[in-house]
Amino acid sequence: MANYSLDDRFIRELPGDAEVAVSTDDLRVFYGEHEAIHGVSLPFERYKITALIGPSGSGKSTYLRSINRMNDNIYGSRVTGNIMYRGLDINSNAVDVYEMRKHIGMVFQRPNPFAKSIYDNITFALKRFGTKSKAELDEIVETTLKQAALWDQVKDQLHKSALALSGGQQQRLCIARAIAMKPDILLMDEPASALDPISTATLEDTMMALKDQLTIIIVTHNMQQAARVSDYTAFFYNGQCLEFDETRKIFTRPKIQATDDYVSGNFG
Amino acid sequence: MNAKRVDKIATGVINVIAGIIVLILAGLLGYILVRGVPHISWHFLTSPAKAFQAGGGIGIQLFNSFYLLVLAMLISVPISLGAGIYLSEYAGKGRIVEIVRTAIEILSSLPSVVVGLFGFLLFVIQFKFGFSIISGALALTMFNLPLLTRSIEDSLEQVAFSQREAGLSLGLSRWETVIHVVIPEALPGIISGMILGAGRVFGEAAALIYTAGQSAPALNFADWNPFDIQSPLSPMRPAETLAVHIWKINAEGIQPDASAVSAGASAVLIIVVLLFNFLARRVGTFIYRKMTAA
Amino acid sequence: MEEDKIRAAMLRKSRAARIEQRGRAISFACIALIVLVVVAIFYFVASKGLATFYQNKVNLWDFLSKTSWSPSTTGPHGKPEVGALPMIIGSFGVTFLAAIVATPFAIGAALFMTEIATKWGAKILQPVIDLLVGIPSVVYGFIGLSVVVPAIRNVFGGTGFGILAGTFVLFIMILPTVTSMTVDAIHAVPSYYRSASAALGATRWQTTSRVVLRAAVPGILTGIVFGMARAFGEALAVQMVIGNAAMLPKDLISPASTLTSVLTSGIGNTVMGSLENNALWSLALILLLMSLAFNLVIRWIGKRGALK
Repeated sequence: MANYSLDDRFIRELPGDAEVAVSTDDLRVFYGEHEAIHGVSLPFERYKITALIGPSGSGKSTYLRSINRMNDNIYGSRVTGNIMYRGLDINSNAVDVYEMRKHIGMVFQRPNPFAKSIYDNITFALKRFGTKSKAELDEIVETTLKQAALWDQVKDQLHKSALALSGGQQQRLCIARAIAMKPDILLMDEPASALDPISTATLEDTMMALKDQLTIIIVTHNMQQAARVSDYTAFFYNGQCLEFDETRKIFTRPKIQATDDYVSGNFG
Repeated sequence: MNAKRVDKIATGVINVIAGIIVLILAGLLGYILVRGVPHISWHFLTSPAKAFQAGGGIGIQLFNSFYLLVLAMLISVPISLGAGIYLSEYAGKGRIVEIVRTAIEILSSLPSVVVGLFGFLLFVIQFKFGFSIISGALALTMFNLPLLTRSIEDSLEQVAFSQREAGLSLGLSRWETVIHVVIPEALPGIISGMILGAGRVFGEAAALIYTAGQSAPALNFADWNPFDIQSPLSPMRPAETLAVHIWKINAEGIQPDASAVSAGASAVLIIVVLLFNFLARRVGTFIYRKMTAA
Repeated sequence: MEEDKIRAAMLRKSRAARIEQRGRAISFACIALIVLVVVAIFYFVASKGLATFYQNKVNLWDFLSKTSWSPSTTGPHGKPEVGALPMIIGSFGVTFLAAIVATPFAIGAALFMTEIATKWGAKILQPVIDLLVGIPSVVYGFIGLSVVVPAIRNVFGGTGFGILAGTFVLFIMILPTVTSMTVDAIHAVPSYYRSASAALGATRWQTTSRVVLRAAVPGILTGIVFGMARAFGEALAVQMVIGNAAMLPKDLISPASTLTSVLTSGIGNTVMGSLENNALWSLALILLLMSLAFNLVIRWIGKRGALK
């Protein structure tokens, strides 16, 4: 593997009028003594899709998971630095992590529906948070399933087990479940890696349709996918972000050699 | 001798050993069932035991066994559920947790007679509960806790971690996620473990002879007020169970039909335990099928 | 406005956070209770068991090595005699003998199930053995009393009660446990060991004895020690067939006693705090320590096995 200089970086600043949904400042993640993320500072623009790309082990998933503090649950992990959201540093004890996660939702690499019915998958958390009205719940189920492009396939079997769905359907159900919380930001960790090409295409359509109401940050291995759906792209390498720019520029004229090699397939 | 010959002889020896074992086991079950089952009748199952004459039944002992089992499970299931949740969800891997796990392992391997003696010392004497249902139930709880905790912890850990992440990512607490998502999914395993534990508790005698006592005073089955000492539900009355009864009549029984009574009682005991085992297998798969196919 | 509300909500402690805190506390209390029980058992049994030596001034060495057990009456030296050696020998005797008899049977049965008749071995023998693990010990005691003891009486004469009867009952009792753990140990041997050995032209028995069994030794040992721990702590089944005579056994067919048998028949007939009662608690303490020792041995085997 070629040795790339880790000091060679290009992080584009967002245009002056852009609204930042969430940003990190010198974010570092440790597993025990080992430092997995070495100080990443990135802004994420509101109502845009930002793709995080990079080779396996580059830390993009770890970085993504620390944005809504999912790494809190990994034994022995520690996150330092700031995560600014709505003027608060959410990486501090002052912020209630559960309340925060209602606004920063997440979709995982493998579909993980609850072993409950399709309907209950979407309404379970809502009910726990106090939405009791049947009519209201019904409506949320219908709108979110429509947004996730799943409604037509499951509207007659809402009370069947979610585990009976196909992988692609399960993943779309997980998206419906996440957006039912009406989050501001949706973190997606390689959501299409376990799906077939047709399901992947549907998923990408869903993401594009969701763009006008939420900010999406997506980790992907699939370069075409990043190029198709995202507005911004961040290239991760060795626990650092080496380049962050508009997607168009990353895929046509990257400024960093490592990015160039990676997006053109000459990596390693 | 060549290798082929040795191989043949060894295979033969192993076959003979397996045959002997099958014979012993079949003889064991057969003996109890053949001798015991003919003695089982409605009268035997429902009438009280007799101390000096033949014709005594096991009605009260049978009731005591089930009542003690229910009480012991009522106390031990919530505690081991909590303990199992702590171990699988919150404990992590520190040094103290290692010590806690060792303590549970030690408790599970303690001879039941030691557990019974401790129960005698603490509940019967120190707390002045006397030989009573409640002392017995608490002793059985201590006997039951470690295995139940471990089986619950195992069942919880069988549920994928991504289920917890799904709950957490929606802003739910780990506790809510475990109670409402993980436990329902782990239920087949948890229930199998509970039923197997129930079988063990049902047959336990050594932990009971000095806690629940060795006598079965007559009960008034018309009186269901738990505060009356004659009531079957009274937790303060002494209660000889079926397993203790078998030991008692064999060790010092003077009934002329002691051997027939104990054969019948043993057969009942074994049938109940086999039933528990059978249920443990069936109920688990049944619940699982119901949950996933719904 | 909306922005402020969300920010304020994030700075407050949420309902989920309170639920989490409460749940963590509840579950911690449960685990703490179990640990407390273990500590209390050790504390109570130890304090009672040691009273024999501290309060009643019995010499520890006498207790472990003298053979005369009559704590309720005054012996020839003007003191009650509490020599526990007969019980200690009885307990270790039945335990080791049962383990020695059970081991070849368990290994044979396990090999039959895993290497010879894998199909119906797994289908029939396995569930039967699983069931036998669950049979209550009083039932084994009853069988011992009504089948084994008379049989020994007929063959060898005497009363039939004694170490031999105890051994036989314990052998049947621990056989299922040891067998199923041996089966697990053999199953854990990777199958390429077998194919590699067979590819070298070894017969089945050569493969089994030199490769499979050798690799499974730590697991089999664990099963045997597990069975021994169970045998050592078993009370009622043994008490029913051992004869309950607290004297040094002359042979295997004369009445003897074990720690557990003396405990179960004695503790109800003594007065709390008296020497005879304390002496019984000392026997319970030995039981407790032995159970701890078996535990340590199992851990040690596990560690050695993991190193290989």
